[in-house]
Parts: sequence; structure tokens; C-alpha cells
Amino acid sequence: MHISEGILSAPVLLGGASLTAVGTMIGLKKLDLDRIMEVSMLTATFFVASLIHVPIGPASIHLVLSGLLGIILGWVCFPAIVVGLLMQAVFFQYGGLMVLGVNAVIMAFPAVLCFYLARPLLGHPKTRPLAGFIAGSGAILLSAICMALALALTDVGFLTTAKITILANFPIMVIEGVITMFIVVFIGRVHPELLWGSKR
Amino acid sequence: MNFETFSTSSSFLHRLDARVKLLASLALVMVIALCRTFPTACAGLILALVLVMAARLSLKSVSKRLLLVNGFVLFLWFTLPLTYPGTTAFAFGPLALSREGLVLAALITIKTNATVLMLISLVATSSLAALGQALVRLKVPTKLCLLLLFSYRYIFVIHQEYLRLVRAARLRCFRFTTTLHTYRTTGYLFGMTLIKSHHRAQRVKQAMALRGFQGQFHTLYESPVGKNEISFAMFMGIAVAVLITIELFNRIPA
Repeated sequence: MHISEGILSAPVLLGGASLTAVGTMIGLKKLDLDRIMEVSMLTATFFVASLIHVPIGPASIHLVLSGLLGIILGWVCFPAIVVGLLMQAVFFQYGGLMVLGVNAVIMAFPAVLCFYLARPLLGHPKTRPLAGFIAGSGAILLSAICMALALALTDVGFLTTAKITILANFPIMVIEGVITMFIVVFIGRVHPELLWGSKR
Repeated sequence: MNFETFSTSSSFLHRLDARVKLLASLALVMVIALCRTFPTACAGLILALVLVMAARLSLKSVSKRLLLVNGFVLFLWFTLPLTYPGTTAFAFGPLALSREGLVLAALITIKTNATVLMLISLVATSSLAALGQALVRLKVPTKLCLLLLFSYRYIFVIHQEYLRLVRAARLRCFRFTTTLHTYRTTGYLFGMTLIKSHHRAQRVKQAMALRGFQGQFHTLYESPVGKNEISFAMFMGIAVAVLITIELFNRIPA
């Protein structure tokens, strides 16, 4: 889910970049040097997630798992997502340098929101699957809405395109929700400390 | 697995310092991304093609990459002409293609491809390690640079680890299909990868603490800014100025 370079208008690009700058500052402030290796390793793992394709009928989609990243990292997911998107731009030319801010906010803002939404449900084993599903699918839904908003704010003519993007993301939403649910349940059983570590 | 397809060959552009290339590409991409007229976009595309030639990259892999990246552009070609409000250019029965939509889709196609080619020729010709060090020297917050350098270091390790788990699952007759079982297994495999990488992070952290890590990532590759860098920066500065002039002369006053 990336917007390519050359589509958005200057105010939208600027707005996205400043929101990302603020989010990244907050994230970096909460990230002390002691945890940098742990967060880097998680960033790398989520980059690997984007290389994993799961089949859906005859086609396949790659995982995003931004909701899970939000649950685990909280505000620190902002710098992690910026780094992940920068690597994707350099390696695969997905997205770009100017739209990095917009693309990062599209992914990271919903992730942070999911952190606050799903966190209270994570503690109890009974509500944990629900928390996983909400975080996984909610992050994709909100990201699709943010992406549509960025397109529609650029040019009213993009409105229909924006609506189609939201609809196209529905199957991804369900699959992300289900897979995030399984991951959260699995981690909750095997290594629960990963879900609630130190400061976020 | 090698992601850095374009960083391995050797050319003038490959040898340039990553800082200069990064700043030049930022300036160029900014002008191209914000331009609204065809002459500027086309001039940018020509400049980008010249840069790709100068980087002596294999045309096959560059065009393959362009095809992949143009997916979103293709989607716009399918939706914009049909939905963009404006005068009708062509009509096929109930389908009417709007002139404004077609023009916009064409402009976006040129702009996107120009910026992608610039990204390939100026940024992807450096390794990510060199780019990370360049960002450190450009005074980007240290923690962000460390995050970039460390996660780049471990992507390949973690990817191998995940592939090992998948191989083990395949040996037990697991196949990827559209079933809940596949999604559950993928979730468990990825969950296991997360936990393993978490443990690996603890071990690496201890090893780094033992070696006196204090928040600095030292490099053996010193790349001073020399004559080549300065002349390249001047050339790129002129190119940016020319592009802006073209844009100003062609933009219709609103």
C-alpha cells in the first residue's frame, strides 16, 4: 500500500512529512539507546513480513502487519515504519523520497491508534484473539481511509479512485486481521513478555 | 537473496559520495514531483534516462523494475479517465473517457517513471550501508540512522530464519492454499520468527555492550568530498534550475 511519487500535491506532501516528523520525534524520544537493537531487529522482521506472500484465491497478497507492529512498539513504530519504507524505496523503488512522509503517516498513525485500541484487550487470554483481529484489520482499514484521504485532498477528481482503493483493501483487511489474531495468540502463549515490554 | 540489484556494478555514479547523490536526488525528485506541466516532466524523464545510462546499469533489470513499479500507475489509467470530471474525449457506448482524466494519467505516468529512474540511478547505486553513513554525516538523528543500519544488517538473517521454518513446514507436506489452516500456519511461523529475532536482539545487545557500544556506528569506508563530487553537485544544481525555469515558463497563470 504505497502511493507512488508524482501523484500528490504539495500541501498534502508537506502535511504528511510534518506529521511523520512529529511522530518520529516522539517515537525516538521514547526509544532509548538500550532498546535500539531490539527495535531494529523487530523492524527487520516486519520488513521480512512484507516479503511473505499468502494466497487468496488465484492471486496472492503480501503481509503488512502494521497493526501488530503498533501493538508491540506503540509510538516507536513511527521511526520503525519510516526506516522500513526507506528501505523499500531504496531496494524496490516502491513509494519514493518525497512521498515517504505521507506513506509513513498512512501506515504509522493507524498503528499507533491500534496500540491504544487493542491494548486493554490484550491482557486477558479470552479477549486476546479479539485484540489481535481488531489491531490487524483496523490498521489496514484506517490506512486505506488515510490513503483515500491523501488522494482526495490532492484533487477532487481522485475521489472515485480513492473509494475504489478502500474497497480493494477489504479482503486484505480480513486476512491481516485473521493472521494477526493467530500471531498474537501464539506469542501470548509462547513468549508473552514480547507483547508488553518496557516503555512504548 | 540480494535486494541491492543496482548497487554492485561500477561507474562514475557508483563511485560518487552517497551524500551528494542523496541531496541531488532529493532536489530533483522534489521538482519533478511538484511540477504540473508536460515539458518539465519530459525534461525530467530525459535527464533521468541520461543518469541511468551514466550509471551503466543493465537495461533489462531496470525495465523489469519499471514494470513492477508501474502497477499503481496502471490502476490510475483504469480509473482516472473513466471517473475524472471533464469533457468527453472518446465514448464507447456507455463508457466515456474524459480528456482531463487522460491528460492527468499521462502526466502522472511520466512523473512517476522519471522519479523512479532517478531513484534507481542516484540512490539505489549506493549500498544501504553507505546511505546510512551518509545520513549520519548529514546530521539525521543518530538513533534513526542506527535503526536503519542495524535493521538492514539483520533483514537477511531473519529472512533466512523464516525460510528455514517454511522449509521445515514444507517437508511436513504443508502447502500454501486459501484456507484458514494456511493463515494459521503462516501466523505461527511468523510469530516464531518474531520471538527468535527478539532473543537474537538480546544476545546481540549483550555482545555489543561487552564491546563498549556507546551509540556510534563506526565505518572503515571514508569517502571525502572531492573534485568529482563538487562538479557533479554543480551540474545537478544547474539541472534543477533549468527544470524550475521550464516549469515557470510553461505554467498557465491561475
